[in-house]
Amino acid sequence: MSVLDQDAIRRLRASPAAVLALLIILAVVIVTLVGPWLNPNNTQTLDWLHVAARPTLQSAHWFGTDRLGRDLYARTLAGARVSIAIGLVASMISILVGVSYGAIAGYIGGRTDHLMMRIIEILSGLPLIFFVIFLTVIFGRSEYLLFISIGAVGWLTMARIVRGQTLSIRQQEFITAAVASGAGTGRVIARHVVPNVVGTVIVYATLTVPQVILFESFLSFLGLGIQEPGASLGTLIAEGVGEMEAAPWMLLVPGGLLAVLLLCLNIFGDGLRDALDVKEA
Amino acid sequence: MTRYFFTRLAGAIPTLFIIITITFFLMRAAPGGPFDQEQALAPEIKANLERAYGLDQPVWTQYGRYLKALLHGDFGPSFKYKDFTVTELIGQGFPVTLQLGIMAIALALLLGIPLGTFAALHHNSAADTATMSLVVTGVAIPSFVVLPFLGLLFGVYLHWLPVAGWENGSLRHLALPVIALALPPLAYIARLTRGSMLEVLRSHYIRTAFAKGLPMRSVIFRHALRPALAPVASYLVPAVASILTGSLVVETIAGLPGIGRYLVQGAINRDYTLVLGMVIIYSALLIVMGLLVDLLYAWLDPRVRL
Amino acid sequence: MVPTLSVDDLTIRFAHRTGTLEAVAGASLKIEAKECLGVVGESGSGKTQLFLAAMGLLAGRAEVNGSIRFEGEELLGATAAAINRVRGSKLTMIFQDPMTSLTPHLRIGTQLAEVLVCHSGLSWAEARSAAGRMLEKVRMPDAKRRLDQYPYELSGGMRQRVMLAMSLLCKPDLLIADEPTTALDVTLQAQIMELLQAARAETGMALVIISHDLGVIAGLADRILVMYAGRIVENAPAADLLERPRHPYTAELLKCVPSLSGPRLARMPTLAGQPPRPGEVLEACPFAPRCPRVADRCRAERPALAGASNRQVACHFPLI
Repeated sequence: MSVLDQDAIRRLRASPAAVLALLIILAVVIVTLVGPWLNPNNTQTLDWLHVAARPTLQSAHWFGTDRLGRDLYARTLAGARVSIAIGLVASMISILVGVSYGAIAGYIGGRTDHLMMRIIEILSGLPLIFFVIFLTVIFGRSEYLLFISIGAVGWLTMARIVRGQTLSIRQQEFITAAVASGAGTGRVIARHVVPNVVGTVIVYATLTVPQVILFESFLSFLGLGIQEPGASLGTLIAEGVGEMEAAPWMLLVPGGLLAVLLLCLNIFGDGLRDALDVKEA
Repeated sequence: MTRYFFTRLAGAIPTLFIIITITFFLMRAAPGGPFDQEQALAPEIKANLERAYGLDQPVWTQYGRYLKALLHGDFGPSFKYKDFTVTELIGQGFPVTLQLGIMAIALALLLGIPLGTFAALHHNSAADTATMSLVVTGVAIPSFVVLPFLGLLFGVYLHWLPVAGWENGSLRHLALPVIALALPPLAYIARLTRGSMLEVLRSHYIRTAFAKGLPMRSVIFRHALRPALAPVASYLVPAVASILTGSLVVETIAGLPGIGRYLVQGAINRDYTLVLGMVIIYSALLIVMGLLVDLLYAWLDPRVRL
Repeated sequence: MVPTLSVDDLTIRFAHRTGTLEAVAGASLKIEAKECLGVVGESGSGKTQLFLAAMGLLAGRAEVNGSIRFEGEELLGATAAAINRVRGSKLTMIFQDPMTSLTPHLRIGTQLAEVLVCHSGLSWAEARSAAGRMLEKVRMPDAKRRLDQYPYELSGGMRQRVMLAMSLLCKPDLLIADEPTTALDVTLQAQIMELLQAARAETGMALVIISHDLGVIAGLADRILVMYAGRIVENAPAADLLERPRHPYTAELLKCVPSLSGPRLARMPTLAGQPPRPGEVLEACPFAPRCPRVADRCRAERPALAGASNRQVACHFPLI
């Protein structure tokens, strides 16, 4: 049972919004990777002659500069690279952990499930940010840690969803049949439960990525994520807020890029969900 | 129903207890203490300070003292804001954050549910598509981007609303922060309601309701709405959590004197008691929300009361 | 005397990704006051869709052409208010799936009473007592207690009694029962059919029983309609149809009804093949592939429904 079968791909193509969103995402990714070649400005150079300059295409600084004269184009693209990279890696961690946890809890059921869900409840009781603050304070502010802590926290929703799916699948007759034919617990989970939740997992996975990117930006915005001299979209937006009235482009450029990126990821995720969920008439 | 409530309450207290314990020990386990950040203090001064705050005692003793004080409603002194106890700081900031949060969740529900229902009833029309486009935008774009943008538009360019400041809770100052906070959950609730309503409207019992000749408003309000709201009820706790998280940023940008500010500062300054106090408050809030939502479930679906 | 229900050349089409599906094609029928009509056919024959159209309950993407008049008033294209005046009070319907047809979060008493409050202007208290009395009439065990219960507390048979009570509260002129006993076991079947008969005897209402099972219809119907592939293929008084069927399909259906008398058979008789899928529009008799009497003309030309107004058949070579 292939999840991304011909039919689903056709339906996805039929949704112009999702396709457009995907194209924009790809465009952004390409630009962030290739962009530096187009405009040779460095993220570090302080251009004292053009401090807080407005963006114009004529000058060397297409998106203007910030308070210290750093080129906003270069910085924004660098920030985007960081945000996207973190988003992908952390999401993958979330997904792996979440699916395993949820499938096991949902399938075994009973007290084990109860206990495992309690743990999730308790962890959800702590606002995510708090947990990350702890780790940051303990281990220092490293990007390595950021990946892990964001990923480690995003698995909660995935685990809940997968557990819910597993609970309803467990009631179905093909599971009873599998167990009756002597399959062990691990085998049943791996061969019968997991393939049936794959569709849901993919959908939530594509929706996890923007959530993770958002969370990282949030932390960086508060000063708890990426530190100077590195930049992510979050830190750039924080700088921009400070300069909002005098130099609004410092807010609009990274803010706009983050908004567009998150929007397109969500639209694409939705489109994917619709394409895979639609039942044959 | 009352018995159900007390069972859940009894289950919630250990949860809170565990959270407090874990947080306490994690904070203590972290290398470094509250007096490390500033310029290096002379060792004797540092030792004195630590003794004054009881930090030289064994961890378990500190834990015991802390719990006893908690039962008296005393969260201890703040390490950084030396003139205040944590209780006082919470007392100052909590009402602000609470007001912000309540207004945001109320706005999200009061606008989100009707919007979602409207979209479901006009399924596949232009109105539906327009609503859903707005919804996606609300869900995707975070409050720390929305609020400055709104501030730029309504404050800097149009001069309709102030960009920042509190002014003792004047509505004009609350407007933009509350809207920015409410927008993501509002959009999510609208989407949930629409999807759920569409599904409910396909049910056999709705067909029966129509077959009885009931007018549309009876069918929607009496028969369709309650089952359709079940996913929204599930979402309430994450919604409140997201509003609490969002308030950190919104309070910072808009300069509102709430407890969110203290949380971030407390962690950075390693202000143990302040941080612990914040954790307890936030956790208690979310647990209470969880209890209320469980009660809500029981009301929405009689089968749950078992 | 205006017929209670009058259907003229009704066609129902559904728009679908791969084309249009014709669920009902050119159906016409009349139901007189107090008449009991049995409508028999396989799944997909259009028997349910036809009456859903009368009730205004078709799914959104349906295209309906033709006319359906209830006591002289046109239902198709009528305003929601006009339809709601009639629906649930004078024209009612019960469905085949009692387990899912009641609103889970409302008490039985509420779901019954709201019909009276909506249509007869009674107060909630009055409506509830009337509901209780009706439940007793449909022989609900422990009727008064049921009013305060929720659907999940009732069995399938009890829920179907509730549905029946709901449809009888406003003394309808026509009650449509769509496979009312299919989801129930045999003893319950008999009880429900008995209740329908009793209700009809008491109020003199007209009744439509839709079923794929001729046995269920045989005891009760005055007249029987046989539907196949969205079309009416035979229309006859019950006794006539059961003893002297004219359409080959009807004859085959009759052979399939097991009987206690007669020789013991080695195998249950069945009809070979499948009815055409709803999407296939044919220029031939739709029954041709399965008909034991098929000839070339059947494969080339679709037979129209012909005959006297109370004895019609759509076949080139009817049995009689």
